Amino acid sequence: MKTPFLNYLAVIVCLIVTQILAAADSINFNRDIRPILSDKCFHCHGPDEGDREKDLRLDIPDGKFGALTPRDDYSIITPGELEESELWFRIVSEYEDEVMPPSKSRKTALNEGEVALFKKWIEEGAEYQDFWAFIPPEKSAPASIIDSDWNGNSIDNRVMAQLESKGLLPKSEADKRTLIRRLTFDLTGLPPTFEEIEAFIGDKSPAAYENLVDRLLGKEAYGEHMARYWADLVRLGDTNGMHKDFHRDFSTYRDWIIRSFNENLPFDDFIRYQVAGDLYEDPILDQLVASGFNRLHMIIDKGTALPEESLHKNVLDRVEAFGTAFLGLTVQCAQCHDHKYDPITQKDFYQLYAFFNNFGGGAETVRRPVRGLQPPFINLATPKQNQQLASFEAAKQRLDLELESMDRRQRLTEKWGDFDNKVSVPWIWNDAKAESKSVEFRATLSLEAVPDVAMVRYVGASRAEVEINGEALGEARSENKSIVAEVTNLLKAGKNEIIAKATGQAGFAFILEYRIGSETFNFVSDSQWQAKSRGESDWGTVRMVQELAKKNDWMTNVRTREAHDILNRIEASEKNSVVFLESIPAAMIMSEMDPPRQATLLVGGAYDAPDDAVERNTPSFLPPMDAKEGMYSRMDLAEWLVAPNHPLTARVTINRFWQQLFGVGIVKTSEDFGAQGEWPSNPQLLDDLALGFMESGWDVKHLIRGIVISNTYRQSSDALREEFEEDPENRMLARGSRYRMDAEMIRDQVLAVSGQLNTAMYGKSVKPPQPPGLWEMVSMDAPFTYVADEDDKIFRRSLYTYWRRGMPPPQMTIMNAPSREFCVARRERTNTPLQALLLMNEEEYFKAAKTMAKAILDETQDTAMGLSLAYEKITSHKPEPKRLELMESVLGDFSELYSNDQDLTESLTPELGAERFDRRVEVAAWTMMTHSLLNLELAKVRR
Amino acid sequence: MSMKSFQPFCDALNRRQFIKQASIGLGTAALTGSMSPLIASAQPGLHFPAKAKRVIFLFMAGAPSQLDLFDYKPGLEKLHGQALPKSISQGQRVTTMTRGKKQEICSSIFKFAPQGQSGLVMSELLPNLSKHADDICMIKSTHTEAINHDPAKTFFCTGSEMPGKASMGSWLSYGLGSMNKDLPDFVVLSSAFWSGKVNVQALYSRLWGTGYLPGRHQGIAFQSVGDPVLFLSNPKGVDRKARHKMMDFVAKVNAEQETITGDPEISTSIAQQEMAFRMQTSVPELTDLKQESQATLDMYGPDVGKTGSFARNCLLARRMAERDVRFIQLFHRGWDHHTRLPANLRGQARDVDQPISGLLTDLKQRGLLDDTLVVFAGEFGRTTYAQNMDLSDRENYGRDHHPRCFTTWMAGGGIKGGMSYGQTDDFCYNVVQDPVHVRDLHATMFHQLGIDHNKLIFPYQGLDQRLTGVEKATVVRDILA
Repeated sequence: MKTPFLNYLAVIVCLIVTQILAAADSINFNRDIRPILSDKCFHCHGPDEGDREKDLRLDIPDGKFGALTPRDDYSIITPGELEESELWFRIVSEYEDEVMPPSKSRKTALNEGEVALFKKWIEEGAEYQDFWAFIPPEKSAPASIIDSDWNGNSIDNRVMAQLESKGLLPKSEADKRTLIRRLTFDLTGLPPTFEEIEAFIGDKSPAAYENLVDRLLGKEAYGEHMARYWADLVRLGDTNGMHKDFHRDFSTYRDWIIRSFNENLPFDDFIRYQVAGDLYEDPILDQLVASGFNRLHMIIDKGTALPEESLHKNVLDRVEAFGTAFLGLTVQCAQCHDHKYDPITQKDFYQLYAFFNNFGGGAETVRRPVRGLQPPFINLATPKQNQQLASFEAAKQRLDLELESMDRRQRLTEKWGDFDNKVSVPWIWNDAKAESKSVEFRATLSLEAVPDVAMVRYVGASRAEVEINGEALGEARSENKSIVAEVTNLLKAGKNEIIAKATGQAGFAFILEYRIGSETFNFVSDSQWQAKSRGESDWGTVRMVQELAKKNDWMTNVRTREAHDILNRIEASEKNSVVFLESIPAAMIMSEMDPPRQATLLVGGAYDAPDDAVERNTPSFLPPMDAKEGMYSRMDLAEWLVAPNHPLTARVTINRFWQQLFGVGIVKTSEDFGAQGEWPSNPQLLDDLALGFMESGWDVKHLIRGIVISNTYRQSSDALREEFEEDPENRMLARGSRYRMDAEMIRDQVLAVSGQLNTAMYGKSVKPPQPPGLWEMVSMDAPFTYVADEDDKIFRRSLYTYWRRGMPPPQMTIMNAPSREFCVARRERTNTPLQALLLMNEEEYFKAAKTMAKAILDETQDTAMGLSLAYEKITSHKPEPKRLELMESVLGDFSELYSNDQDLTESLTPELGAERFDRRVEVAAWTMMTHSLLNLELAKVRR
Repeated sequence: MSMKSFQPFCDALNRRQFIKQASIGLGTAALTGSMSPLIASAQPGLHFPAKAKRVIFLFMAGAPSQLDLFDYKPGLEKLHGQALPKSISQGQRVTTMTRGKKQEICSSIFKFAPQGQSGLVMSELLPNLSKHADDICMIKSTHTEAINHDPAKTFFCTGSEMPGKASMGSWLSYGLGSMNKDLPDFVVLSSAFWSGKVNVQALYSRLWGTGYLPGRHQGIAFQSVGDPVLFLSNPKGVDRKARHKMMDFVAKVNAEQETITGDPEISTSIAQQEMAFRMQTSVPELTDLKQESQATLDMYGPDVGKTGSFARNCLLARRMAERDVRFIQLFHRGWDHHTRLPANLRGQARDVDQPISGLLTDLKQRGLLDDTLVVFAGEFGRTTYAQNMDLSDRENYGRDHHPRCFTTWMAGGGIKGGMSYGQTDDFCYNVVQDPVHVRDLHATMFHQLGIDHNKLIFPYQGLDQRLTGVEKATVVRDILA
């Protein structure tokens, strides 16, 4: 193998060259110097008072600790005078005890390029600038550019100005098929249909493209697609994420997000509703639902955790989400100490914390929350649903009355017989020692006579059921709750068949005691009732048997069979009512307590180390809130966010939309606009867009329309290899962007092109099939088995897929979807063998290929036409003749392969058992063809 | 080399450079896109020569009782049932389960004895592991902050109680790259069953997640049912020939496309598809135990025959170590013994005792123990005072969570054997000598792999992220051979 070192060196040289080239322009402090200072120096010479060394702050020029303030007999930086600047000597020093950053600081020395930048900066006068992202965006005149075609649109003007300054040329507009595919995926997350492509190509009017944009922005799929990005950002999941990871229902919130985008709710309201929707004077439903944003954090269920610690963690999580989603800042870094890089003090953090620590609900959920809800929540039942609920309640009351009306003698058996503590083991159990987590045992009990009375008690490690002579006795659901039943009427003289089923951790114990005349007999399950046999010992079972035996009054006050029947009916009725209840939409909302909970600083961020009290306020380095009597509210905070002078909110927002449409933001670190974040690739463009967005009334569709109709967006993404290498992420925008589509787009496309996509919107999350065993691998209890839906719910868009935070769907995570345990502003895109395996072998994806193949065969018997159709459906392009030829030849190869292998053909087409063999070969070969096409780069890549 | 320059190198490497030279043939290691520049040099290790090349991490999820397995406190027998002195507990935080309850000292019912030449003391529950006393370095002074499973496990596996950070194995994959061409760098093997029947705690995929590191460094959880690696097998009706045909076609069209569009990422895709194809044989070969001799199987105990058993996972771990998987993490659950500890602990100890002993013997026989670091740890320890104790029934006691001290051990990989490090007080409540925080353990582990934990960083959210976080972490030099 060639040594990679050469490449390594090449990269480093490139980096240095880039930096030196940058240095040829005059130095821009924020672009060139601040990132280095921030990375290498601020840790000890920055905003954090606690760690500050030598009373020096390199983040500010002036003041007592400022970098340009002369010291007694020397200066840290003397503008224009390299030789008079201590900083210069320190960064170039060859002595270990002098050089900065010091070796013990865990920071590496400055490289040559960085040193050159510093040299130039000091020589040019060491000019400081306030940090760009904390200054409100400013209007500036359009740049003067040579290419007048690019002057019509302010985006194009800014992009072209940059291209011209770098001597780069843009690409021409992409062809119409590429454009409609790109646009349809970007705006709706789905591929264009055949008809849509035809219509667009046929539309020769000059406004054809604009019309297409408007049509797509009007589709409901648009809102679904936009909601998906928001779901990542706010960590929208379907479970608690901690401890037992119980269900947590946010489907109503999710549906609100979809509708808001479709109805184009102004984004400032979109923010207000989420931050403080509950605080409107007379909140509408949407505002309350949206305030559920504050409830999306991970949460633990009651158990071993300390509630006060849980409360603190919830608040932290809430503040972090607020910071990431709206400010684009890592405010949470200041929870233990002043921020190392940004001017966020610990006090700033806890002032912000104070807005979110006053939640009126509990810090932990109950165990197994009904409907996945935790108060406070609003119930969104329709009148009809309420009626139905009332009828369930009435039925239950009737049964309760019936039970109560039985007199005690009818209801309860008398205490009888002392239980014999000794364990005898007369059973012969077959099929024992199973390894699986679901086992069935059968036994035959021979009785000489019908017993006078017989009782049974059983318990399972997780779930257990017993049937006697075909009569089910009910399910025992946990180790602590045994089932006791009188079974006298079920037993007969002669052979009695007893069946026990245990699932989950299939340990099981069973005792049957019966009396014939004056004699009492008892039978217990023996060691073989343990599914997981341990070889020499059966300790697991024996322990449970003893547990049962210990309570020798277990036969007391047991219900009679009649009473038991009623109880069973009550239980069944309750079960139905819960199932019904769970189908009713509801939404968890935010609420405040009165009087509010006092917030304090926490020493080192520890929940149990309160320090000085703090009042609600916003970080001091950002514009202040309007003065107000009394305490600020969350609504004030929301208003502050969307005030026109706020430097961050609009920039952070439009940057994420830009990222969605170009693969990377103008600020690449879309989650961090602080000092450690990246300098915008085109600062004026960012500011133009942010200002325009606010001026439009925070109109998202207007913004997106403006971006996608630009020449910049419409460029072809085909380029030279060198151009990709020069600018792999397309930061300069000298071409259209190309990148692998997200997991959801890939899956939704598979469903769409195979004609299976179920476009139903809204409602509870759905469970498409996933490989077995994943939930069991992480769950605390056996009931946490993934049970896939069976009907056409499995073909819903991926946005509706159930997202268990502790084990999210692998079809999504393998393709870089986040776990939704924390906020993610941008997904990374990797390219791994596991992704290749997923797309090749996932059963549903493969089934879709077969469904598609059959549909094509039904549509045409002409091979070339069929291939062309398949190709176009999947790639939105028509195959070139050469490619069509290749496909024909590969299809021929597949046909040959399957016609020579009957077994293989049959196992690919089990559902076609009644069909002729050559038909089955045809389906198999075509399935492999569509499957191959679905695995092409052309299918996976947005370009 | 400085880390600052290492990081962009890896990215650039992944994207294009490395693939470019490797994309033609299938045979080079580069196809994983995750080779480190330094592995190419003779001496492994990122910052200095490494003692260990790989790690087998035996994670005992739920927290085994150090008091009943490793940290022998004979003095507690005569204090059994008495209140824990306030001078020891100092009113420190306890869980909601024992908050406000009496803290009655509970001695272990198990016998302890010195083992091996070193005389390392171990409980009778570990008769097989005891034979390896001279290979093991026991760290009795391990401690952590979290008092509940979820944050404590998250901390042990990712260096932070809050989710979202990169896990140990991901860091190693990122820092050291891959040593093999057709298996993942980081594999997770989770027992499908265990003997402890009370309070089985959950796991979360974040425990082997990448957090902010590139996704390819993610731990690959092998499944005990179905395909060992998700989506490994071809769908029904697709055999190797058909798959090959399909891949030929796809690669051909993709390559044509690359000449039109110029995007080098396409080469990466082709390479990854080929890697996937190779994994379809390399992984089944890895998990096929037919070639193992009966003698070898016997070493791991009777459960080795059962899919998903800890014993089988130990054997798989050895097979992975042989094939140079970098980080192999086993999870065995069922240690959370708040009640009925003796019975449950007996079962759990039996689950792991012989398999671990077999693993150590097997590694040693094959000369792998020298450069394989084996680590055994739970997320925290258990209390010296009892929970749910029945004074009349010695079998009937449990213990609550205890983060202030617990025992972990390491073996192989340049760690001293037959050593006990650190000490707890007579009650096994506080550390009194040589405390080792979990992050110190992380630092030590990294050190053995040739990594300076301070220097293996990834810039994210404005911080140089590292496994050991912002607090000081120290390599425990006294235990290095």
